[in-house]
Amino acid sequence: MIRKMDTQIAPYEAVGIIAAQSIGEPGTQMTMRTFHYAGVAEHVPTGLPRLIEIVDAKKEPKKAILDIYLKSDYKSEEKANDVAYDLESVPISDVALVSDDLEKRKIIIKFHEKNGKEIGITFKMLCETIEKLKDMVSIHTKDNKKIILSPQMKKNDELTLRSLRRLTNSVRSLLIKGVPGIKRAVVIKEGGEIFIRASGSNILGVITHPAINPKRIYANNIKQIYEVFGIEAARNAILKEIKQVLDIQKLYVDVRYIMLVADALCAEGIVKSIGRHGLSGQKIGVFGRAAFEETIKHLVNASVRATEDNLVGVTENIIVGQTVPMGTGKIKLIMNSEKKKK
Amino acid sequence: MKSTEVRKVIEKIKFSIFSPELIRKMSAAKITVPDTYDDDGYPIDGGLIDTRLGVVEPGLRCKTCGGKAKECPGHFGHIELVRPIIHVEFGKHIYTILKALCPACKKLVADKSIITMIEKEDEELVTLPKERIIGLPKVATEKFNVIEEKVEKSEKKAKKEDKKTCPYCNTELPEWKYLKPTTFYRNKEELLPNEIMDLLSRINDEEIKKLGFDPVYSRPEWTVLTALLVPPVNVRPSITLETGERSEDDLTHKLVDILRINQKLEANINAGAPQLIIEDLWELLQYHCTTFFDNETTNIPPARHRSGRPLKTLVQRLKGKEGRFRYNLSGKRVNFSARTVISPDPFISISEVGIPQEIAEELTIPITVTEWNLEQSKNYVLSENYPKAIYVIRPDQKRVKVIALTKKEVSDALVVGSIIERQLINKDIALFNRQPSLHRISIMAHEVRVFPGKTFRLNPAVTAPYNADFDGDEMNLHIPQTIEAQTEAKILMKVEDQILSPRHGHAIIKPQEDYVSGLYFLTLGESKFTKKEAAKLLYILGITELPKPDNGNCYSGKLIFSHLLPKDLSIKIQSKLGEEIIIKNGKLINGTIESKAIENELLEQIFIQYGSAVARQFIDNVTKIATQVITSNGLSVSLKSYSLSSETEEKLKEINSKMNREVENLILKYKNKTLQRAPGLSLKETLESMIMQLTSKIREDIGKLVESDLGMENASVIMAKIGARGSLLNAIQMSATVAQQSVRSKRLNRGYRKRNLPFYHPGILSARERGFVFSSFRKGLEPDEFYLHSMGGRESLVNTAIRTARSGYMQRRLINAFQDLVAQPNKTVMDANGVIVQFIYGGDGKDAMLASKTEAIDVAKQDDVDTA
Repeated sequence: MIRKMDTQIAPYEAVGIIAAQSIGEPGTQMTMRTFHYAGVAEHVPTGLPRLIEIVDAKKEPKKAILDIYLKSDYKSEEKANDVAYDLESVPISDVALVSDDLEKRKIIIKFHEKNGKEIGITFKMLCETIEKLKDMVSIHTKDNKKIILSPQMKKNDELTLRSLRRLTNSVRSLLIKGVPGIKRAVVIKEGGEIFIRASGSNILGVITHPAINPKRIYANNIKQIYEVFGIEAARNAILKEIKQVLDIQKLYVDVRYIMLVADALCAEGIVKSIGRHGLSGQKIGVFGRAAFEETIKHLVNASVRATEDNLVGVTENIIVGQTVPMGTGKIKLIMNSEKKKK
Repeated sequence: MKSTEVRKVIEKIKFSIFSPELIRKMSAAKITVPDTYDDDGYPIDGGLIDTRLGVVEPGLRCKTCGGKAKECPGHFGHIELVRPIIHVEFGKHIYTILKALCPACKKLVADKSIITMIEKEDEELVTLPKERIIGLPKVATEKFNVIEEKVEKSEKKAKKEDKKTCPYCNTELPEWKYLKPTTFYRNKEELLPNEIMDLLSRINDEEIKKLGFDPVYSRPEWTVLTALLVPPVNVRPSITLETGERSEDDLTHKLVDILRINQKLEANINAGAPQLIIEDLWELLQYHCTTFFDNETTNIPPARHRSGRPLKTLVQRLKGKEGRFRYNLSGKRVNFSARTVISPDPFISISEVGIPQEIAEELTIPITVTEWNLEQSKNYVLSENYPKAIYVIRPDQKRVKVIALTKKEVSDALVVGSIIERQLINKDIALFNRQPSLHRISIMAHEVRVFPGKTFRLNPAVTAPYNADFDGDEMNLHIPQTIEAQTEAKILMKVEDQILSPRHGHAIIKPQEDYVSGLYFLTLGESKFTKKEAAKLLYILGITELPKPDNGNCYSGKLIFSHLLPKDLSIKIQSKLGEEIIIKNGKLINGTIESKAIENELLEQIFIQYGSAVARQFIDNVTKIATQVITSNGLSVSLKSYSLSSETEEKLKEINSKMNREVENLILKYKNKTLQRAPGLSLKETLESMIMQLTSKIREDIGKLVESDLGMENASVIMAKIGARGSLLNAIQMSATVAQQSVRSKRLNRGYRKRNLPFYHPGILSARERGFVFSSFRKGLEPDEFYLHSMGGRESLVNTAIRTARSGYMQRRLINAFQDLVAQPNKTVMDANGVIVQFIYGGDGKDAMLASKTEAIDVAKQDDVDTA
């Protein structure tokens, strides 16, 4: 009979290793299938690639997804559509052909009416957007489809071909509308609820929109969650994301292990990665680091700084051939043979 | 245990740079001759194999310690370099120092504010207790990086201002340039190593500390070598080939090169040769020393062996997977181990492992002789056949081999306190392992059972944790030697204690495949067994008294199955097959056993309620009885099993052609541009996704069709339904349609322009042309279908190969990052620094292996009293 008391974790149990094994072992069984978010993004990594992305604490996920919930007044499909339209960013290059005339040193913008119509952009809006660049360009000529810009340079600065190119590129990426970084936004009805799913990640940009419920927004960009909401939120996001990856593959891993991984990644107040630039790279034991990666670098630096390795970790003790300071290796029990004789 | 042994514990290891004085002090011999052996094959004095550096050949004695080959640990020697040489690995550090210091006043030239910051940190470090320093790895170890960074920044700033002067004495700072790996320029003029050494040695201790060096253990000037430490011969043993030819180690070759150039340089200097020639030789010496340390230095051609193979020098020996750290220090070779092919044996317990006689005779276990086993020990020594003692270790620690000639004497000399090394016998404890060891249950403790034959025998129910099969897999066996190790193995690693996986708390050692099928046939409603059959089955369980028949003259399978269960077990399980399995007081009353019922419910409940021993017994009995049932019952498939009735074939054709029509319809709509575009997708993507939906939907339709046609009589369907093996999809693909092939979760689209195969018309988007296989495996695939099918097959093969590599590396990193996390007795989780990662492990302090299942049953009453 297993009693509740027996279910408590054993003292000095090497929980880190068990957690790492429990998450790593099913790795070989995972498929590399990508996930498809209808209308927003294709090939969103799931499975092993996504898991690696999370534990590597990548700055930007390969495909960033943002789930945006609306304030109660905006929860009709029509209004949600308006909000989604507001969020979706449209750079000039989406509705117009921007080219540079190197000979005349001009930038030519040709409006593509059909594309514009499809996403609701008029020529007028385009013109208004260009106004924003007043400091850098002035409108040379303008008819109902085409704008020619001439660059304006500050005194002393010469207009080189290179700076013209650069200017053209900045004209191209200028947003006519929308939140920077949000490429697409689609209204989704799921479980009787309406929300907006967007590709790209710009939590701060989105959260300030008046129609959006700032208390309820979810991004798969963990670094950004950390920056906007703090470390506890990031920890919860890691937990949720890893769990989701495993659930999709129907690989059952106890939450305690995922929690431990999430907690360890966030333990020092910032999101760290595993691997040589993260947790493994800053272990205190010189031997531990040397045995992992970049052996020579660690040994040389240790000798320069006259570092001491206090042999507190697992690897270090294995290297010198001693018992490891965990599990039964931590218990020192000596039988009193005198007492036994009595 | 040897009682006289004094064990020393290594508390810490300090790293430092060798000073030339220390090198000379610890050197056992000054090496001067660039040669190894003389004409008589004897080591030359002052040569690289000088016997003062230790000996590796048997027969010789070390001149330093007097030890023989095995006793002498080896001693370092040294080479006096005529001119100083820059140590390659410190090039970067030297550069930083040169940049950071004012040549005139030898003070840090970085911003004053930075310097005060560093000084403050220094003070803090001194005043903090030692433990706190360990807890502050950032300050302690990254100090150097911080300085480096700040210096670089201030330098950049200086560059902008175009004038660099020392903030203390206003001297103009020189412009430094570092040409990797060992050349430095001051104001575009090359600096020779002796000049650099000169500069470095004039830094005072205060400044050394600020630079992150240590004035006692690692002075900057020691990064320039004047004496080169020569590793002992044990580190670079020479080998004698069969032809009698001597072959030297790569390191020895390199040292010969160094010595030769060193000699030549000395001769030239003494002869007063022109500076140019001396500098050339000096540079050559620098090259040889550089490659002696690292033969993969960038910008330097690697030194090669005569055969053209690059030499393996010091850095290469340490680095990487095959290097000293990962190959020899993190993983060590062991004795008392065995490896051979595994084969199945359902008639041994899951906690046992069958060991070939030959291996059992080779492996030994030390037994300490006590007054209670003295007789038995003597018998082991005297025995001529199999379980016998091979060695005896006398109380004076002398090891004696037991041979026929002397065994009488040896046995008479046995006293309490002697140790005999006895061959492996049944019930001994062994650790069994299969690589890759991805989780802790890849190594478990089994009881030994000696068998004839040459393979390890394993109950098929334990293959799951090892991820083993019997297609030629090999496994390793280790025999724990000390009592402590054996006890630990028994208490913590026994197979029966690992029935539940630590990953999720569900059974991982469980009856699988044929055993599930066997139990299904055993407990099937109409199953009947004659007295003879029932007796046979019950005898397997060790029941010798036949119970009363419950079904006329016959026995029902349920009655027999009930004998497997603990007598007071009551449980209700919702079966996969839709019925309710009812077990009351250890009797199966209703329901047929299937995989989920036995694995997830029955087995786990038995484990939780009755403990690991009962659960083990249950699995043992199930494997035995189910083997018997499935053997007599039989479960097989043939080509006929997968032929469909002509009616079904008609329906199948109809479904297929209907799908085909719908696909064509969609394509038509797409071409007419009347297709409704899905949000966020292009028209073409919309079409593709709709077709994919269609083609995957008909799988369901066909599935229903096939299931009803084949029926519950079909072995494939039975196995799929009860969860023994395979899925319905396998049956569908064999009998009806293989269906859509895909690459990157899209319909096939590769090969030629607008078509997959050269004989298709370009631009056709129909099902067949885009990889829908209409044929079944039974009928056989058409040539084009076969080709397209292989494209999908190839992708999955490639994926598997990539995935194993990627997940292997991820696992290594995960383990490395988390290996030091330990749950403390107060349930907090700490890492090696003592940093708390979790305040209570898992939020509730529970072991995941046992927690998930026990919550369901109420054991609150037994909770407080520990009756043990």
